[in-house]
Amino acid sequence: MNGWRLSRRSLLRAGTAGAALTGVAGTLATLLSGRSGAGPLAPHSGTDGTPSQQAGHDSSHATTAMMTVGDVDTVAMGFDPSAFLTAFDYGHVSWLPDGRTLREYRIVAGDKEIEIAPGVFFPAWTYNGQVPGPTLRCTEGERIRVHFTNAGTHPHTIHFHGIHSAYMDGVAGIGRGAIDPGESFVYEFDAYPYGCHLYHCHAIPLKRHIHKGLYGAFIIDPDPRRHGERARSRHPDYPESREWQEYVMIMNAFDTNFDGENEVYAVNTVAFHYMKHPVRVERDRPIRIYLINITEFDPLNSFHLHGNFFDYYDHGTTLEPTLRTVDTITQCQGQRGILEISFAGFEPGLYMFHAHQSEFVELGWMGVFEVVDS
Amino acid sequence: MSETTLSDGALPRSTPAWTVRRIALGVLPLGLLGAVMIAIFATGGGLGDRSAPPVEKLSIQRVRLPEPNLIALEVVNDGPEPVTIAQVLVDDAYWSFHIEPGPTLDRLQAATITIPYPWVAGEAHVISLISTTGATFEAEVPVAMLSPAPDHATLLRFAAIGFYVGVVPVGLGLLWYPFLRGLGRRGLRFVLALTAGLLLFLIVDTVEEALEVAATTPGVLSGSLLVPLVALLSFLFLQAVSGRNPETPRRGLDVAYRIAFGIGLHNLGEGLAIGAAIALGEIALGVFLIAGFTLHNVTEGVGIAAPILRVRPAFRHFIGLALLAGAPAILGVWIGSFVYSPLWATVFLAIGAGAIAQVVVEVARLLADGQRSRGALLDWTALAGVTAGMALMYVTSLAVAA
Repeated sequence: MNGWRLSRRSLLRAGTAGAALTGVAGTLATLLSGRSGAGPLAPHSGTDGTPSQQAGHDSSHATTAMMTVGDVDTVAMGFDPSAFLTAFDYGHVSWLPDGRTLREYRIVAGDKEIEIAPGVFFPAWTYNGQVPGPTLRCTEGERIRVHFTNAGTHPHTIHFHGIHSAYMDGVAGIGRGAIDPGESFVYEFDAYPYGCHLYHCHAIPLKRHIHKGLYGAFIIDPDPRRHGERARSRHPDYPESREWQEYVMIMNAFDTNFDGENEVYAVNTVAFHYMKHPVRVERDRPIRIYLINITEFDPLNSFHLHGNFFDYYDHGTTLEPTLRTVDTITQCQGQRGILEISFAGFEPGLYMFHAHQSEFVELGWMGVFEVVDS
Repeated sequence: MSETTLSDGALPRSTPAWTVRRIALGVLPLGLLGAVMIAIFATGGGLGDRSAPPVEKLSIQRVRLPEPNLIALEVVNDGPEPVTIAQVLVDDAYWSFHIEPGPTLDRLQAATITIPYPWVAGEAHVISLISTTGATFEAEVPVAMLSPAPDHATLLRFAAIGFYVGVVPVGLGLLWYPFLRGLGRRGLRFVLALTAGLLLFLIVDTVEEALEVAATTPGVLSGSLLVPLVALLSFLFLQAVSGRNPETPRRGLDVAYRIAFGIGLHNLGEGLAIGAAIALGEIALGVFLIAGFTLHNVTEGVGIAAPILRVRPAFRHFIGLALLAGAPAILGVWIGSFVYSPLWATVFLAIGAGAIAQVVVEVARLLADGQRSRGALLDWTALAGVTAGMALMYVTSLAVAA
């Protein structure tokens, strides 16, 4: 009579208790088993039966049913993860009386709804209307001035990972502290040390201010005048850097229902974006990836490359790799580094990259390089 | 409605004349009500600007696994605002899907979602729907199993289940008829009271089941409110039908059929439960459940037999009674496994509860009629019978309960 309470738990419990009855019920069991277990499960059949929304992508795109349906309207959102890969903001350059370079940026924090998976909107807090915020790029030793305005609805800061005074740390309660809505502040410091860094909001509560979208890449290029030949390929002003294909990848995630667990994982915000729009790379030119982990709620994130290995420079603060010939690296939140990859001589095709936490993969952190003949 | 009330109140004895004025007076409050409603919606009813996103609600009514590589979901928007389903996750993985008629569901609109997912037989899966605002709605497949398709063989197999659960035990219970007839006056009284006891148990049990199912109906339908209301209406309706000729003494066969009808509705509910469990794949773990129901329902046969111990109905009546009380279980299994709807299940169960309650009244009358002396309705024999009836049902229900 308690038929409605057929939860699995109760049935399992009853299953033990009712073991004696199974003999009597044997005939019924056969009667009931029917088609259960009949027919082996066919292997997963690619796009078979996938909805029509998914059709219409170019043939170079990886096909799998394990994917979001449709595509994000990057125009309406004003943010295209493909363009973001190579969008470096070098700021406004002028010279100080002592001859040093002054580099100035304007950053406005605000509230904006962003589309993180097709049709899934997230009420984000943004720097300059995008998540991640703009990639700020400069050269070590330069004077940096960041004109920050809070146009949002909560107090925010910008906390730079780099060397600076306590007053300029951009942390709630220290120095200038949190910048209230409507207020402005200028963060000013010298760019040190060179490497792949990041900036993010350090207002409280910290978890929410970070996972709502207030973060971005902060790249300080080594000055070849100080570090010699090896630094030249890292600096955009030197011809040695031209052959490099450089990309910024920020591993992030979104908790859409605010239960402390992420519903969407990605690099550069949009789930599966680089599956639907592969990162097209020329085979014989080397690849440099500025990789940053700002994933909230999970202790670690990772990067795994298919069919190839790479050298890794943790924090990007050295010119010698800190790890050689690896195909997987892990980063805790706030950790970052530079990956140098070469597909020279490889067969052209789609080479996948993704977190090696399968959970993150299935929730959107997956993409492909489309390696083409140079 | 308001027109009648108004005219009745104002002019109690005059013959109603439908003049324009009268109609206008009747319509006036309705018109004003309409104006007030418009005003509420136009001004926000004093809530002011609601900038917060709407509270989205979605009720996943049914999950089916119709093919080895397919999951099908039936969903209803039971919230106040439209809901747009943006993406679907199976076991925390975004998966391609198709939604009919479209991703946006208006209030109370239903949709079917199909997902080409290679589910694994015998294992558990979780499906979450993610709305355009990022809200998530989850459904669980506790034990993945191919959902039954309504073909001949399946219908027949399910009919057999209903037969085992409903017709067989009731029929077996009725087989005690000759034995019960041999009992003396007190024995008869005891058996009638036992019937009342088991029926009381069934009322409680049916209401409980109805409330549980009601909890799974879309929220806006207030399923749990329907249970007492429908049960009460069902009781009153049957009471009105049976009360047409108060001079006619309550005679056995009539009451037996009423009991069979009430029990039939109850068994329909059991059938629904079993059918729904089959559809969810849970029955794979619960074959003993069917044996339990069979054991449990034998007592129902005794209950049906009790009022006809003094009459000697033709044999066909026994067949009829067994079918009326037992066969609805077959129907229940079919409905439960193929077209199960929590709302209708709630309504059927509530009707059943009301019908059984009405039969208790009938049995009580039989008990009273049996008392030639003006003794109390509830003497020790009767109390012992009621207690025995309840105890019997309770003990046998343990075979089903976990």
